[in-house]
Amino acid sequence: MTHSLQDMRQQAAIAAKVFIQRDYTNGTVCQFQTKFPSELETRIDKQQFEETVRTLNNLYAEAEKLGGSSYLEGCLACLTAYTIFLCMETHYEKVLKKIAKFIQEQNDKIYAPRGLLLTDPIERGLRVVEVTIFEDRSLGR
Amino acid sequence: MLHLRVAEPMRECEYSQISTRSSTPMETPYKKRIPKRRKWQAFPGRNKFYCNGRIMMARQTGVFYLTLVLILVTSGLFFAFDCPFLSMQITPAIPVIGGVLFVFVLGTLFRTSFSDPGVLPRATPDEAADLERQIDVANGSSSGYRPPPRTREVVINGQTVKLKYCFTCKIFRPPRASHCSLCDNCVERFDHHCPWVGNCVGKRNYRFFYMFILSLSFLTIFIFAFVITHVILRSHRYGFLNTLKDSPASVLEVVVCFFSVWSIVGLSGFHTYLISSNQTTNEDIKGSWSSKRGKGNYNPYSYGNIFTNCCAALCGPLPPSLIDRRGFVQLDTPQPITPTNGITMYGSTQSQSHMAAATPLLQSEPVILTDEAFLPGRTSLGGPCSGALPLGGHPTPPTSTPNLSCDNDMLPLRNEQSDGLRHHHTDGGHHHFLTPEEAPSPPGMLPCGSPLGHSHTIQGFYNPASQDSLHEDSVRGLVKLSSV
Repeated sequence: MTHSLQDMRQQAAIAAKVFIQRDYTNGTVCQFQTKFPSELETRIDKQQFEETVRTLNNLYAEAEKLGGSSYLEGCLACLTAYTIFLCMETHYEKVLKKIAKFIQEQNDKIYAPRGLLLTDPIERGLRVVEVTIFEDRSLGR
Repeated sequence: MLHLRVAEPMRECEYSQISTRSSTPMETPYKKRIPKRRKWQAFPGRNKFYCNGRIMMARQTGVFYLTLVLILVTSGLFFAFDCPFLSMQITPAIPVIGGVLFVFVLGTLFRTSFSDPGVLPRATPDEAADLERQIDVANGSSSGYRPPPRTREVVINGQTVKLKYCFTCKIFRPPRASHCSLCDNCVERFDHHCPWVGNCVGKRNYRFFYMFILSLSFLTIFIFAFVITHVILRSHRYGFLNTLKDSPASVLEVVVCFFSVWSIVGLSGFHTYLISSNQTTNEDIKGSWSSKRGKGNYNPYSYGNIFTNCCAALCGPLPPSLIDRRGFVQLDTPQPITPTNGITMYGSTQSQSHMAAATPLLQSEPVILTDEAFLPGRTSLGGPCSGALPLGGHPTPPTSTPNLSCDNDMLPLRNEQSDGLRHHHTDGGHHHFLTPEEAPSPPGMLPCGSPLGHSHTIQGFYNPASQDSLHEDSVRGLVKLSSV
């Protein structure tokens, strides 16, 4: 109609937002619930969505993993009085960058074409994965 | 009609200039008028920021300066008066080791005091609304009367843990998180609020805190021992009174160190125990995981052996700060509602009128709230409520603290106490916030064994700002408008 010149993100009004909450059954590590929200049933395949969340969970698990490399980093940082982080970024931050890229990719390939948008959890304080559902008006459905 | 048709294409041309990557609708001219602000300037908690957001501390920093002065003065006197003698008579390694310890102590102190302890950012209005909806559905009650405490239960490693809902931050707190009433933030893996360090001790700075008290113990013992040695050696040569005359600082150092040693070494020992059993000060005091509570009660967070627990606490990955204090406030991203007492109401009415004009995006509201709520709101205006507890029958008296089921977020004192009291000051008492679990508790419990150590005293009750009720009202207002 009047907004044919614009990208879907500007013209489409937000119909709803779904929040995927954290899953604390494994303790305080950052994991999100893989339960498929009912609002997304008409928009996306259940498997696809669960796959996305599962990959996200794996990435966060990798960030918080306790292992040889993280201990090494911790000890090295302690010895240098943590000044080493002025020039180098922590393992966690590196994985967060990976996650940001992953979400961007997922949005571009899978979610945007279906009128959905994933928000990186770090922008919500790692509390939720916010899925914005756009109205289908512009797509003529 | 014709006029309209002609006008529309012209408007369309303006819109099409917006880049496809940004998601801000029509606020481009609006954006230009408002200078970019950093997120720390709009931070809703009661923290102080320095160096353009790089340094973050609690509001009361007086005791921190005392700590700093004590350490600097004692060490300075040691290096000035005792070290020359000791380095000549015994070995020059003494001032060197002392120097290294001193630098380490200061480094860890600053790191503890200035860093983000693991503050959880408050929920965006959308999230808060979503949670409210879920809770209302779960409780089956209508709005107006606030239902009893909101909790969620989760089973972690076989133990049932209750997650409490934080009324200020509008989130369900993760396990082990707690709301610090002094800083007015929810902090992850909250240990305690330390006035000596001028900050909360939480997930992100616990290791620095531990290193600080550990190295300070060593430094204190070191100085104490070597000052005594100095005095003794000198007394053998010149006599005791002459020694005191030549080196009067030694007496001061001994006194300071003597009193510090007990508390600091005691504290270090206590925290070593906590780290090895992977508990927080909170949990230990309440005995959340003690076997006295029940046969099957154990700590679900512990890794099983002391070594892993220690490694995890001290050498584990350092999580990044979730509050991004130096980032710029994005006008298109939702900002949490700032606690601005009377101004919040104003903000929400403003936003309602803006809502009518703008596209129905909930995101546009917080922009207005944030901007209008800036600054004056930070200091409490005293709001419409009085200072005392206005609701006669509602608050449970301090002595009856039904504390404690396995509610691991129920803090014995500092945190929920002021929080609970603040919740009382609602507008006309419509919202019965106070729940038995949030009742003020007897302020007699100290989180650590040593009496001289951390004084977790209640730093007075903060101004009873009626923040929460106004939050509630504004959120409800936004929810109603946003349910397009």
